Amino acid sequence: MKYAFSFLAVIALILIAWLGSRIPGMEYLFGVAIPYLAIMVFLGGFVYRVIHWAKSPVPFSIPTTCGQGKSLDFIKQDKLDCPTKTSEVVARMALEILAFRSLFRNTKSELHEGPKITYESSKWLWLFALIFHYSFLVIVLRHMRLFVNPVPAWIQALEFGDGLLQIGAPTMYMTDVGLILGVVLLFGRRLITRHVRYISLANDYFPLVLIFSIAVTGILMRFFLRTDIDIVNIKNLLVGLATLQPVIGAEIGAIFYIHIFLVSVLLVYFPFSKLMHLGGVFMSPTRNMKNDSRAKRHINPWNDPTIKPHSYAGYEDEFREFMVEAGIPVDKELAPKKDEA
Amino acid sequence: MAVAKLEQLSKSVVQGPSLATGAIPTQDWMDVPVVFKPGNFAYQAKVEKVEYLNSQKDLNFPNAREWSPENDDWKLPEDWKEIILHGLKERLDKFRSLKIFMDCCVRCGACADKCHFFLGTGDPKNMPVMRAELLRSIYRNDFTLAGKLMGKMAGAREMTVGVLKEWFMYSYQCTECRRCSVFCPYGIDTAEVTMMLRELLHLVGVGINWILEPASNSNRTGNHMGLQPHTFKDNVDFLAEDVENLTGVKINHSFNRKGAEVLFITPSADVFAEPGLYTAMGYLALFEEIGLDYTWSTYASEGGNFGLFTNNELMKKLNGKMYAEAKRLGVKYIIGGECGHMWRVVHQYMDTMNGPADFLEVPKSSITGTVFNNAASTKMVHISEFTADLIRHNKIKLDPSRNSHVKATFHDSCNPARAMGLLDEPRYILDHVLDNWVEMPENTIREQTFCCGSGTGLNTDEIMELRMRAGLPRANAVKHVIDKYGVNTLSCVCAIDRATLTSLMNYWNPGCDVCGVSELVGNALVMKGENRQELTEGLRTLV
Repeated sequence: MKYAFSFLAVIALILIAWLGSRIPGMEYLFGVAIPYLAIMVFLGGFVYRVIHWAKSPVPFSIPTTCGQGKSLDFIKQDKLDCPTKTSEVVARMALEILAFRSLFRNTKSELHEGPKITYESSKWLWLFALIFHYSFLVIVLRHMRLFVNPVPAWIQALEFGDGLLQIGAPTMYMTDVGLILGVVLLFGRRLITRHVRYISLANDYFPLVLIFSIAVTGILMRFFLRTDIDIVNIKNLLVGLATLQPVIGAEIGAIFYIHIFLVSVLLVYFPFSKLMHLGGVFMSPTRNMKNDSRAKRHINPWNDPTIKPHSYAGYEDEFREFMVEAGIPVDKELAPKKDEA
Repeated sequence: MAVAKLEQLSKSVVQGPSLATGAIPTQDWMDVPVVFKPGNFAYQAKVEKVEYLNSQKDLNFPNAREWSPENDDWKLPEDWKEIILHGLKERLDKFRSLKIFMDCCVRCGACADKCHFFLGTGDPKNMPVMRAELLRSIYRNDFTLAGKLMGKMAGAREMTVGVLKEWFMYSYQCTECRRCSVFCPYGIDTAEVTMMLRELLHLVGVGINWILEPASNSNRTGNHMGLQPHTFKDNVDFLAEDVENLTGVKINHSFNRKGAEVLFITPSADVFAEPGLYTAMGYLALFEEIGLDYTWSTYASEGGNFGLFTNNELMKKLNGKMYAEAKRLGVKYIIGGECGHMWRVVHQYMDTMNGPADFLEVPKSSITGTVFNNAASTKMVHISEFTADLIRHNKIKLDPSRNSHVKATFHDSCNPARAMGLLDEPRYILDHVLDNWVEMPENTIREQTFCCGSGTGLNTDEIMELRMRAGLPRANAVKHVIDKYGVNTLSCVCAIDRATLTSLMNYWNPGCDVCGVSELVGNALVMKGENRQELTEGLRTLV
């Protein structure tokens, strides 16, 4: 089973980090070397992939037009879905990237007796995705506090907002709940929705399980195993990592090593997986191009100017007699018929 | 191949055990081989058609041979696998879209039930995501680190003859309609994937006759139907006579005339068969009424371009005739008739491939003075844009009561809707030529429109059941407005639609006619000096 494999793989990763960090002297590997390596692979891999994409040209202007194009002045253009200006494209892309607009359009089709097909709005995927991604984003931003000293005001404000419900001590973050909920909903959807289950690969389950485990270890550290870890030492280590002077102080706690190891795995996995949709969504030619290909010529760098149509001259040569007989104008008159001897 | 009876098929699509109806396949998709049997594949291209195309300069159509998809041995070249993988590499380097669409899919499934082929067949491999996975699995295996390291666990598989056959099956069960790309959060466009699959298959000599025969006809005679110049002229002359008989107005049209202001190009199907003929009569009547200085061409007598369904080189070569002929005749600009895929090529490819058309002028209607700035570079205007502008400026007199026999709805063709954004021009025209008309449900029109089910060269009879299944979502939406409003006419701006929707209506909704918007314009047109008979069925009236 593809999802079972994902669980096993993550359990194995947890064991590696747990047992590994117990071995004296290995803290440096798990606390410093692997995180550094992971960051490098992530950044290098991400940049490599984007450059790899960018190396291939966009030969044709192929926006998917989702509304009325710009034509006559009395026909109202849908500027968002059929953009002709850069500002309109930016607006279209912003809504796509920030609000997942295409998913918002989602419908569910059903076949009924008759036959009759019905379509109804279905916004669950959009909602789950939104909860998941925004929670993840805020959590990543909140974590920046661990890398800098003093903590900037915007991070404190973000934390304050995230803990606004003031439940529990330490205060529960809404995004922690959001991330766990988002992952569980997206995972559950893969199992329950039949067509999504059929198309799901191990590489669809694995990142969800991995992110789930990262969230759980993080929550454990903050709320349940707080006494097992030394938060001051963690902060020292992370600020040290950020300033390239990493120091590992006294015992930090196994749960921390598990957490940071899983994050490292996620970073390494990222550029080689579908998670690169983060970069790809900006570069999709069906969304980021203007629909102005009749007004302005789009250039294809590999266009082959030597490809010519079957020539008119060749066409006329083949059909001249018929054309003359039918009274269709020709460029070359028929050769005078020779008298048959 | 006999087509299932209506009752049978109606039951089958709803109750048949398929992924669309609720059954979950027990086998992993990679383990399910394709089986070709009569009715589920379009016939392979004839040897002489492949040979002809291959003999043309600039074109590469190798491996012409007798073969059949039903046979185990497809007689592929010995190094077929290298050819395919090399071809894929080359295309990854040429198309950013392909790279991004291979890398970014998260298999969220939003596209799954958006495809008319999936809704009609329930075949999991007709989910757009799955269709792309057929190629993506090979891409992973040979072009990504994860695939090389993890193999099947990462969704990779080796390229085999079985995979090639699967590509053939499912790249010809996609009409490149782009509906899935509207719903995809990354805009992944299955049309791009299908185009690549078809290009790759042609590299090893795997193609269908219903595409390659019209394409070779178009290259040689100028049009898909293979009409030679005198026949093409005869057909148009015949339609002009019909218009004269019905309206009493003599039609003055010309062919290959140098110095005309406008070159008019429409799909040859419009001058070849019903109901497109009536649309062509509409063009003739309209141009006569406004006194447009225009010419037809027998050399560029095809608006459509089956090269779009084949490969880039053929598309460019066939399309090249439009500009070549415009230049030779010395016209100022081009007007294009009603056609779907033709307009995808004209709008998104032509200028890039065969421009710049600096020998033409920015289109300016000599009747209204309107400058078509949206076509400033291609210099080609859509007939609906041109007609809407005439109506806006009150340059033609329309009597909607002449269409009183018509209760219409409007089908947005895939390409004008999703690859051009031509949605409201035809609607504006309908508003003026009909007393009233109705829209189909909102999830089935405009950018969400459903394909006729037989586009991209799939309107061939041997796959009729597949076509009726794939067309079901469209037919079903039409049925909705038939039942609710008594609609009797399905109007559209596409020549392929006019042919395919007719079959589709005859099957699912008998009694519903199909027509072009320009036919309705011709019906309603009040012509100067007319001596019109009582035309109870407009241009279709038999007198």
